This record gives sequence, C-alpha cells and structure tokens, in this order.
Amino acid sequence: MERNAVEIRNLTKKFGDFTAVDNISFDVRKGEIFGFLGANGAGKTTAMRILCGLSLPTAGDGTVAGYDINTQQEKIKRHIGYMSQKFSLYPDLTVKENIRLFGGIYGLRDRQIREKTDALLGMLEMQSEKDKFAGSLPLGWKQKLAFSIAMIHDPEIIFLDEPTGGVDPETRRRFWEMIYDASEKGTTVFVTTHYMDEAEYCDRVSVMVDGRIAALDSPERLKSAYGADNMDEVFRIIVR
Amino acid sequence: MNAIEIDSISKNYGDVRALRDVSLTVNQGEIFGLIGPDGAGKTTLFRIMTTLMLADSGSGKVCGLDIVKDFARLRRIIGYMPGRFSLYQDLSVKENLDYFATLFGTTVKENYDNIKEIYSQIEPFADRRAGKLSGGMKQKLALCCALVHKPSVLFLDEPTTGVDAVSRKDFWTMLARIKASGVTVFVSTPYMDEAAMCDRLALIRDGVIIGTGTPEEIISGFPFRLLSVKGRRMYPMLKQLRKTAGVITCFSFGDFHHVTYSPEVTGKDRILAGLAEAGFGDCTAKEISPGIEDCFMWLSHRGDSDRQAGAGMQQL
Amino acid sequence: MKEFTASVIKEFRHIFRDRRTILIAMVMPVVQIILFGFAVSTEVNDVRVAVCGDLVDPAVRNVVDRIDNNRYLRVSGSLSSPSEITGVFRRNEADVAVCFGRNFGGNLAPSGHAQVRIIGDGSDPNTAQMITGYIKGVIQSEQTDAEVAFAGERKASMVPVVQLMYNPAMKSSYNFVPGVMGLILMLICTMMTAVSIVREKETGTLELLLVSPVKPLWIMLSKMIPYLVLSAVNFATILLLSHYVMEVPVNGSLLLLCFAALVFVVTSLALGLLISVISPNQRTALLICGMGLTMPTMIFSGIIFPCESMPEVLQWFSDIIPAKWFIIIVKKIMIQGTGLVSAAKEMTILAGMAALLLAVSVKSFRTRLQ
Repeated sequence: MERNAVEIRNLTKKFGDFTAVDNISFDVRKGEIFGFLGANGAGKTTAMRILCGLSLPTAGDGTVAGYDINTQQEKIKRHIGYMSQKFSLYPDLTVKENIRLFGGIYGLRDRQIREKTDALLGMLEMQSEKDKFAGSLPLGWKQKLAFSIAMIHDPEIIFLDEPTGGVDPETRRRFWEMIYDASEKGTTVFVTTHYMDEAEYCDRVSVMVDGRIAALDSPERLKSAYGADNMDEVFRIIVR
Repeated sequence: MNAIEIDSISKNYGDVRALRDVSLTVNQGEIFGLIGPDGAGKTTLFRIMTTLMLADSGSGKVCGLDIVKDFARLRRIIGYMPGRFSLYQDLSVKENLDYFATLFGTTVKENYDNIKEIYSQIEPFADRRAGKLSGGMKQKLALCCALVHKPSVLFLDEPTTGVDAVSRKDFWTMLARIKASGVTVFVSTPYMDEAAMCDRLALIRDGVIIGTGTPEEIISGFPFRLLSVKGRRMYPMLKQLRKTAGVITCFSFGDFHHVTYSPEVTGKDRILAGLAEAGFGDCTAKEISPGIEDCFMWLSHRGDSDRQAGAGMQQL
Repeated sequence: MKEFTASVIKEFRHIFRDRRTILIAMVMPVVQIILFGFAVSTEVNDVRVAVCGDLVDPAVRNVVDRIDNNRYLRVSGSLSSPSEITGVFRRNEADVAVCFGRNFGGNLAPSGHAQVRIIGDGSDPNTAQMITGYIKGVIQSEQTDAEVAFAGERKASMVPVVQLMYNPAMKSSYNFVPGVMGLILMLICTMMTAVSIVREKETGTLELLLVSPVKPLWIMLSKMIPYLVLSAVNFATILLLSHYVMEVPVNGSLLLLCFAALVFVVTSLALGLLISVISPNQRTALLICGMGLTMPTMIFSGIIFPCESMPEVLQWFSDIIPAKWFIIIVKKIMIQGTGLVSAAKEMTILAGMAALLLAVSVKSFRTRLQ
C-alpha cells in the first residue's frame, strides 16, 4: 500500500501547563484535499506549525511527506509548500523576482527557474505583469501567484493557512479551482478555512476542539452522522 | 431624520482610488451591512464616517451632524470598533472599560444596563489583561468599550473577520439585541452569508457601491435563472457546465454548483441532458432563488463590463 | 480633567507593566554614569615608566626616585639600551620611556647641560601627551632643586605654575556628568514619548482615542507627564551618583540647576511629540531618535569632542542641538558655580527652543489620521 502524505500518532504540544494540541492522531492520504477546521484557539495553528517542521512536538511522532517530524524537519521543509494569507510574497519585489527568489530558496537550478517562470506566467496569464511589483497586484492575482510560487518545487503536499480570507466570492472560487487542479495532478492539499462552504470542497474534513480532533470524515458522512444539511451546521454542533 | 447620509464621497491614496462617488443612507435603528471583499474600501469609508479621515470630495452627515464641521460633537455620540483588536493589551478588562468610559465622560456604573448583557459574559475575567483573552472574549470587550457611552450609532468594522463560524453566529445575536435597544448599527463584513442578518445592505467592490437595498430587493434584481446542480464528479462537471450553451456562469457553492442561465436559450432539462450526454448521468438539479453571494458575483461582473464599456467609449 | 487624570494613570500603568521600559529608564542612567566614570575615564593613572640609563649615577637616581614617588607614575623596569624601547612598548610593558644621556651626572654638574629623552607611545596621542607632560613636570622640579643645590643660591628663573581652576585634579567626570545628564534626559523624554505615541498608532488604539470626545492635545500631554516624572527621578539619580560616587561638586544653586533641567526636559518632550507625528511606526521613531538625536548629541554637544575644535560649519550645526546648551548651562552652574546671569544667554536659547518646538509639535499634531 502506498504511504500516506501525513501520518500523525499521539501528537501533543504543551506550552507550560497549557496543552495546545492534545494527543491527536490522523492520516492524510496522498492526493486528497484535507480540510483542517476548528474554532479560534483550538490548536490548528500549533498543529500546522509542527507539520510544517517549524516547531517540535512535546510528545508523539509522525511523518510528513515520508520524513520524521521529530528528526527530519529540514527535509520536510524542502518537500512541502506553504502559503498563508499573511505572508506569501515580497510586495517590494516584482512578480519575476519573487518567482526567482522562491525558486532559488527551494534549490532549483537557473535553467529550471527560467522554465518555471515562463510556464507559471503563461498559466496565470500574467506575462505583461511580470515586471510589476507584487504588492501592486489585485488581491486575487496575488493569491494565485502566491499559490503557484508555493508549488514551484512540485511539493508532495501543500499547506494552505486560510488562503481565501476576505477575498471576493468569485476569486475565492477561482482559487479553489486551482486547488482542484493541483489535487488532480496528485498534490496533497492540507487547508484551513473559516468558510464552511469551502469545507464541502474537501475530500475529508477534521474538526479540532480544545486541542483534540472531535470529528474526521468526508463532508457527506459528517452531514449524515450529525443529521445536518450543510457543514456550517455540522461545525456548530461539534464545537458547541 | 436618517441616521447616516453619505453623499458622493471619493477618496484617493496616491494613484489608488479607494472610494469612488459613494452615496448611502441608513435609517434610524436598523442594522446596515456594508459587504465586500478586502481592499474594497470598507475601512476607508468607516474612517471618513467616524471623522477620522477627510474625504477628497463629497459630504456626509451622521445623526444630522456634518462629519467634517461637527466632528467634535459627533465623536460624543458614535461608537466605533476598528477592524483589528484595538484595546490596551497590558491593561485588564476592567481597566480598559473604565478608561474608555472616562474618556466619554461617563462611568461603567452609569451605563451598566447598556452593556450588561455582553459584559456579564466577560465580567468573571475582569482582572485579566486584555492581551490574555481568547479571540471571542476580546471581541466582546471591544464591543463593550464601544457601547459604554450609549452611542446613537455604532460603527463596527469587520467585527467577524478571522472569527470562527460559531463565534460569528453569537456575535450577530448580540447585534440584534443592540439594535433592539434602539442603536443604529453600521457593520461591515467580507462574509456574504452574514448579509441575511442585516436590515439593509450595500455591496461594495473596488471602492464602488455595486448594489444597495434590503436583502430581498437585491435578490429580486437578479436577472437570470439559477440552477443548483449536484453530482458525483463535481469538478469535471463544473468544467463541462461552463462549456454548455446558454450557461452564463457556473461556480461551486458548498456541495452544489450554481449555474446561471438565460431562459431564452436553455432550461433545466436541456442542461441536465447535456450533462448526461457528456457522461455526468447521475446529476440532480433544482431551480433555486439566488443568495446575496450570487447577486454579488453578478453585480461585480456587471460593474466590470460597464467599466469596460465606459473605457471603450472614452477611446472612441 | 477626569479624562486627563485617567489618561495619566493609564500611561503609568503602561510603563510599570513593561519591565523592559522600566529597566531601561531606571538602570540606564546608573550604567552610563558608571561606564563613563570608570571605564571611559580620560584620566591617566598608574603610568608605567621604563628607564634607560646609568642607574648608578646619583643624578639619574634622583630623577628616577622622583618619578617613582609621583602618585601617577611608577617605574616598571630599566632598559640597558634605547633599542629595547620598541620591544617594551610592543609587549605593552610600559607606557613611556625615559632615556638619560651618557654620563648624565658628569655632564650636568660642570656645565649644567645634560640630555634626557622622553619617549611616549604616540599610538594614543591624547594619553601620550598627558604622560609626557607629567614626566616633564617631574624633571622640571628636579631641575629647579638641582639648581638650588649646585649654586647654593636661588638664580632668577621663571617656572610656570599651572593650575586648573574648578577642576584641579583634571577629573574627566567633571566633563561627562553634565554630558550624561543631557543625554539621559533627552533619551528618556524624547525617545520614550515618541515611541509611546507611535505604539498607539501601530496597535490602532490611537484611532479609538481620536474618535472619543477627548481633546487629542490632552492625550498627548497625559503621555508627557509620566516621562517628566521619570526624568526627574533620573535627574536626581545622576546628581546623587555624581556627587557621592564621582565626587563632582554642585557649586552653584541647585534650584537653578533643576530649573534648567526642567526647561531642557520640556524641549525634549516637545521634540518627542514632533517625532511621533512624523513617524508611521516604532521602528522609524527609534531610528530618528538614535541616528537623528543620540548620535549628534554625543558628537556635537561636547561630551566627547570639544566643539571649539570642529570646523566652522559643524559648529553651526552643533548650535541647533538643545543638549549642547543644556550641557553648557550645567557646567556653568554645577562646576563653575556661577549664577543665572552668566548662563543667561544659554538659558534664553534653550527656552526659545522649547517654546518653538512645543508650538510646532502641538500645531502639527492632527485630530485625524493621515
């Protein structure tokens, strides 16, 4: 059987006597879109930081893209993509310079970067914007560009931290279509969101409450299990 | 008298046109929602209405007072909760509240009834530093601070951004109670699903108001028919639907696709037949009435094509 | 008025709850005084003297004994040849070398002429100058005594007696205490005030203050009060430390000194307010304070370099630095012990600056966001 993109066993993270993540275990299958939901302060961000190799767990183990979260953090960082609404691009670099920079960061060769740049600009239809500052682009474009740049090194799994917060409804949907495209090509997608309609777009969804995973299943099955019409209701029942 | 009257306000930051010719009226005692994505100009409009900023052109009145000339008097009677949490993190809950009460020349005791319902929920933590509160409690404290002087109009700039779905629901329940006590509430949000909670709305995009009215009025202005389609392979189906003749737009809405079409060209049965032909035989479809989000998407398209047409005219 | 009091209390709370602020504000003056007092002292003590010459010669012995008995000098060793001096300096075994000519005593007695060379370490010119000065003095006094001894009577000769008024011991603390005073008061008042206002800009609380009916000016004044108190504490700390630890006297009127400090503090507060108006964030405010105020104050106020030896253009520049005038006033009152009359010019300039800055900063403070 093929190995999972993420395998987490009994993961715990404590800050002093506060337990942010409390003994969670879950798998993310290769190529799936995994929604990581939870109320504010439920421990989503902490868990995500550990998965991205930015922080060590207090206890428990697991692998991300086949690398150990306790011992191979640097390898994890090389094999995942990350994008959040807060940080994604350098606003004072041009589109091209941003692509170059992140290509370099992920160890792509010059020729690869050149090819990627052309391919990326072509795909986003942004050739005429390549010398504009990333900060001057409309929000929707910025996000598409940031997503493509996070994918520049063809990572096995991409982490998206509230990628669509505050974006207009159409751009938000277009963004999800990019996620689908990436998923179709085999990239595993791990995404957090506050929009409950977006939870429906995921293959499977987990809901965190007080550091624990309170529910984990496909949206369909969650809805029938909780007798709810939509994920918004499911979420409210679980968090209450 | 209207609670708020804004007349053709424009504001530029350098080359960026943050607001273009914005006009609004808000009735006394209603919840008025300003709905639009980030960067649409919502915060700029708030700052102009709350006397924090001057518009480049246009005028406005809040509670009958001019937002430029009468700014000092106006500041006494409005409450404002800025977009991000803006209280003193190193002061306790009680110290924050007392301080803001004093700034408005009142005391917490005097207006306790006004904030009791919300404040009682955070009162057990009165001695905790504001920085150590959870997101939901911070928001309640900020709301208390904005209400402590019994304002006539309450301005809330994106109070629910970054807040989880459950806390958002709670917040709107609180707003309904505040409204019931006679306060006019002017609130902005990027979440379209919150539109239904407002008495009246304005939809804003790129500094332009693209639609205004009660939710029902906005929805009744939607010119197309809307179909909600559900099937097994959703994403391939979306691509197929976009290729179908007579389909104007197709976007996913939760576990459905919303398909707008012109009834003269096609209909529900023809669309379903087309899907079946392309290999999506297991689909179900239902005629539905649009939501605010459908309207927003249509209105922003209309705005874009109008603007393009306008640009074309200028070139001619 | 209630709003004002509440704001002042709030401001004090901010200060006392931020350990870093309180640490910087309270410990910095002490550290600076001690640093300048002991580590950066420009006095020369315990100078190591290497001697080269015939130590059997009684005339040489006399001079060497005198050197060794001097309270600032100490003979650290004797060299057999002048060629060893380089080595001794390089190994840092001596600060200065004294070489007596061949047959020193023999030449001195009959002709009254003998050669002695003083070789200083010029890599630190200021210190070398002072040390060679000390040694010259010692030899000079030996010469005077010798003349008396040889001739048996006093010949007419002029020996200049140098005496430094107000600072007979040439203590460097007399120079730096007023300097540090100026620097600290300016840092506390200007930097802290600017940062505390700009912080409210950054956290967004300024927006809330501005939409409240409180006059913005009151808010700003309420921010100044705690720093005024803080700088008063600092002023007292520095004064006590410098008086009891550094033994710097307060020769003039203490009241006048306090008044001068008050005028200077107001100048600094107004400057801080001005910086807060033009800075969009704390980083900019700190940069302006550091590069635009602290450094010029250090360089141009005469703490380190005397203003008089600067090129004329830089001297004009130094005139616009408030700390320079304050330091002159402090020196006059504290050390020279003169009264208001002699410091009148500087006082007027400082007061003028205070009034001007206050007017400009209050005027430029906005009741709205930019």
